[in-house]
Amino acid sequence: MQHKVIDTKDVVIRFAGDSGDGMQLTGSLFADMSAIFGNELSTFPDYPAEIRAPHGTVSGVSGFQVHIGSCHVATPGDFCDMLVAMNPAALKANAQWLKRTAMVLIDSDTFDEEGLKRAGLKSDPIGELYIEDRTIIIAPITTLTEESLKDSGFDKKTVHKCKNMFTLGMACYIYNRPMEYVFKYLERKFGKKHPELIEPNKKVLKDGYNYAANIQAIPNTYNIEPAHQPKGLYRNITGNQATAWGLLAASEKSGLPLFCGSYPITPATGILEELALHKSLGAKTLQAEDEIAGICTAIGAAFSGSLAVTTTSGPGLSLKSEALGLAVMTELPLVVVDVQRAGPSTGIPTKTEQTDLNQALYGRNGECPMVVMAAHSPAGCFDSAFNAAKIALEHMTPVLLLTEGFLGNGSEPWLIPSMKDYPKIVPPFVQPNTPYKPFERDPETFVRKWAVPGMAGCEHRVGGLEKNHEGVLSSDPLNHAMMVREREMKIEKVADFIPGLEVNGPESGKLLVVGWGGTFGHLLSAVQEVRNSGTSVSFAHFDYIMPLPKNTEEVFSRFERILVCELNSGHFVNWLRGKLPQFSYRQFNKVQGQPFLVQEIVAAINDNML
Amino acid sequence: MPRYTFKEFKSDQEVRWCPGCGDHGVLAALQRALPDVTEALGYSKERYVIVSGIGCSSRLPYYMNTYGFHSIHGRATAISTGIKVANPDLTVWQACGDGDALAIGGNHFIHAIRRNVDMNLILFNNQIYGLTKGQYSPTSKFGAVTKTSPYGTVEHPFNPGSLVLGAKGTFFARSLDSELKLSSEIMLAAAKHDGCSVMEMLTNCVIFNDGAHKLIADREVRADRTIVLRHGEKMIFGKNKDKGLVLDGMGLRVVTIGENGVTEDDILVHDAHSENVGIHMMLADMKYPDFPVALGIIRDVSLPTYDDGVRDQVNEQKEKSGIKCVDDLLRSGATWEVK
Repeated sequence: MQHKVIDTKDVVIRFAGDSGDGMQLTGSLFADMSAIFGNELSTFPDYPAEIRAPHGTVSGVSGFQVHIGSCHVATPGDFCDMLVAMNPAALKANAQWLKRTAMVLIDSDTFDEEGLKRAGLKSDPIGELYIEDRTIIIAPITTLTEESLKDSGFDKKTVHKCKNMFTLGMACYIYNRPMEYVFKYLERKFGKKHPELIEPNKKVLKDGYNYAANIQAIPNTYNIEPAHQPKGLYRNITGNQATAWGLLAASEKSGLPLFCGSYPITPATGILEELALHKSLGAKTLQAEDEIAGICTAIGAAFSGSLAVTTTSGPGLSLKSEALGLAVMTELPLVVVDVQRAGPSTGIPTKTEQTDLNQALYGRNGECPMVVMAAHSPAGCFDSAFNAAKIALEHMTPVLLLTEGFLGNGSEPWLIPSMKDYPKIVPPFVQPNTPYKPFERDPETFVRKWAVPGMAGCEHRVGGLEKNHEGVLSSDPLNHAMMVREREMKIEKVADFIPGLEVNGPESGKLLVVGWGGTFGHLLSAVQEVRNSGTSVSFAHFDYIMPLPKNTEEVFSRFERILVCELNSGHFVNWLRGKLPQFSYRQFNKVQGQPFLVQEIVAAINDNML
Repeated sequence: MPRYTFKEFKSDQEVRWCPGCGDHGVLAALQRALPDVTEALGYSKERYVIVSGIGCSSRLPYYMNTYGFHSIHGRATAISTGIKVANPDLTVWQACGDGDALAIGGNHFIHAIRRNVDMNLILFNNQIYGLTKGQYSPTSKFGAVTKTSPYGTVEHPFNPGSLVLGAKGTFFARSLDSELKLSSEIMLAAAKHDGCSVMEMLTNCVIFNDGAHKLIADREVRADRTIVLRHGEKMIFGKNKDKGLVLDGMGLRVVTIGENGVTEDDILVHDAHSENVGIHMMLADMKYPDFPVALGIIRDVSLPTYDDGVRDQVNEQKEKSGIKCVDDLLRSGATWEVK
């Protein structure tokens, strides 16, 4: 067989195995080394809720997809060019994601009778899954890893834990990746505690690489040149990490210490874990006894002068509803991050959706408006979290920031910003020892002044009961009507402080594709693909949902048709129907616990062009 | 520091509890205690925050001229925790009822105690839901007839004291609404205690549970049916100061001094600072008619507080870590340069 090195502009690789096979690590190492190599990339971890689901079953398959390119990469990719399947279940679960031209690498040692049975397959998985036309590379990875480590003195369990390094080595050969990054990673990870693990892991990695180079089964290897990226210092960052760091940035720019009260919940826990690491920046984290205590400790911290945050996912947001109302009523600054997952109830905890928007907008008793925002990419979570905190602190309101499991766990390279380019955050503190009326408002913004315990002469009471401007309890009908109106105006006025809606593509035309949140990359890719095929289409993406950008109506009026795409049954399109009823909206929805595929959006756009 | 009087702590709001409600007595005791607390600990008035949940007693913050937070049902303890942990320079007091703290807020209550957050928690126990007009609470006596238990409850009540001690509480005291002086004394000790101080105030609800504590609280019988515990003093009680508590096998027993050869030397001496929770638990659990109900400070032991722990870790990391600002953080770990 003639071996060829093929230059390609992008590839999608999916690493899949049992949830204990280390596929998340393999995938993220591959992503990190590609980032350092200079590729653009986007990742998508797709893993089960169980830490160790029944061994070898389809429900226990853990996958990590990475899309790398020498061109702009906006999504983790719909279908993969290469699938690594560490067992029959991984092959079965992922066969549907193979491109026609895909290469499949399987660990043949796991394809025994028992393995096939556990995956619910018969004797010929390749035929059964209709993938005979793909390039199948059958390698006894388990045996080869055992062979590689036969002199290591490791027990069988430890040896088998190194299988993923063998696989990674093979992938490094196929995609011409330098392995130095992995060497450094192994030294960093095991350096102090388990130095004895460094060399054996390196050996397995190299043996995997050499094995791939020596066997004749691999027809081609691929070059993916570095992308032309703006100059500067880069790092890889996940959405949850970026969210945490954006909040820390807001703490620094406001001069207020960060307080995060949270309860662990998938897929939001990463934010709490990340903040807990950064006490050196003054961040206090409190792992609360429940979701309600998470938000209530944060409200207490807001009252006593911190930048207060609580982080959660859908079911946790439900539990926080009453306390959100308290934050609205007391008009305290609070950032609530909801990393959305598939619901309702426990739903599918590790899968992504945008099904909490209705809850974010409406899920409270009484007239209870608050700012609702959404992040649109993993790295974009940094700015979104920063802006959420800025609005909360400067407008004295809770702000609900919606991210998604897809963003929280997904990662992308990020051109590291400099804090000098970020604005100061200036909360409306009252001057000490001036007469203080807790709910007297700025006539323009409707924002009240903030007095924090410790300020002499400003002693006052806040609480869930309706009050008048002086802060005295009032059940007067007209006072209530006025306070309801003023709380709403305060949120509406935030529109004066947020950026206008931008149009990607022609400023007017037949069709405007509209989205919000984490679907940004997929929608952008789809719109560009449609445009490349010669059809004119435009795209507008919302980072702010309540309030909407001020120019929304004007932008919409320039298009004949508006197609709203979202990963729910139509929450945002219905919000728009209520806010701007003069337009007729079309919608494209998906509720499968999975991100959009670019191809399905392309099809939806083409359908709506007719 | 000026010497405050109770007047400085009184707000201009009209007190709206029912005439004869036990809550008046607790409010008066608090307003009298805080000037002493201020003098003893040097807190200026703007450092006080009074937090409450929902219920009759939770109206208390409106009647105090300090920073106050009248929150939502059951959540006061979580809000107090946030206030104190975020800003340990503040001195946090909390008013909550038996329904608020032990039913809807039971989880926050035990966890604040477990963490030992430095706050002073006044638990108004009238054994009834008053603001919702007379339903049984988690402390209502077994069989209590109320609007939601017309044939009597069939559930066992909590004893707040054993709950606090079971959750590793470091301070527990008890008083009666009408014992202003004792209540104020307990409040001063609670303020001095570093950690979560729980003060159970046995209060009367004149409307929905009148006479809740009558059997022990009536003036004529109080001395014989309650015992005021003071650290280092003998556990002696009774109108004639002739009754006492002794250890008998695994339990406590009431004895009369001068009878059956019992002398004052046989009576137990109260040690509120004992690490061992055994006797404190038995004291907190004492019920009439077998025992006098224990008032005063039952337990007062020292344990590191949560808020100090959190603050110390932050200070330690500020000192130790190379990451001093967000720019440092953004550039930490694995990065690469595109030239």
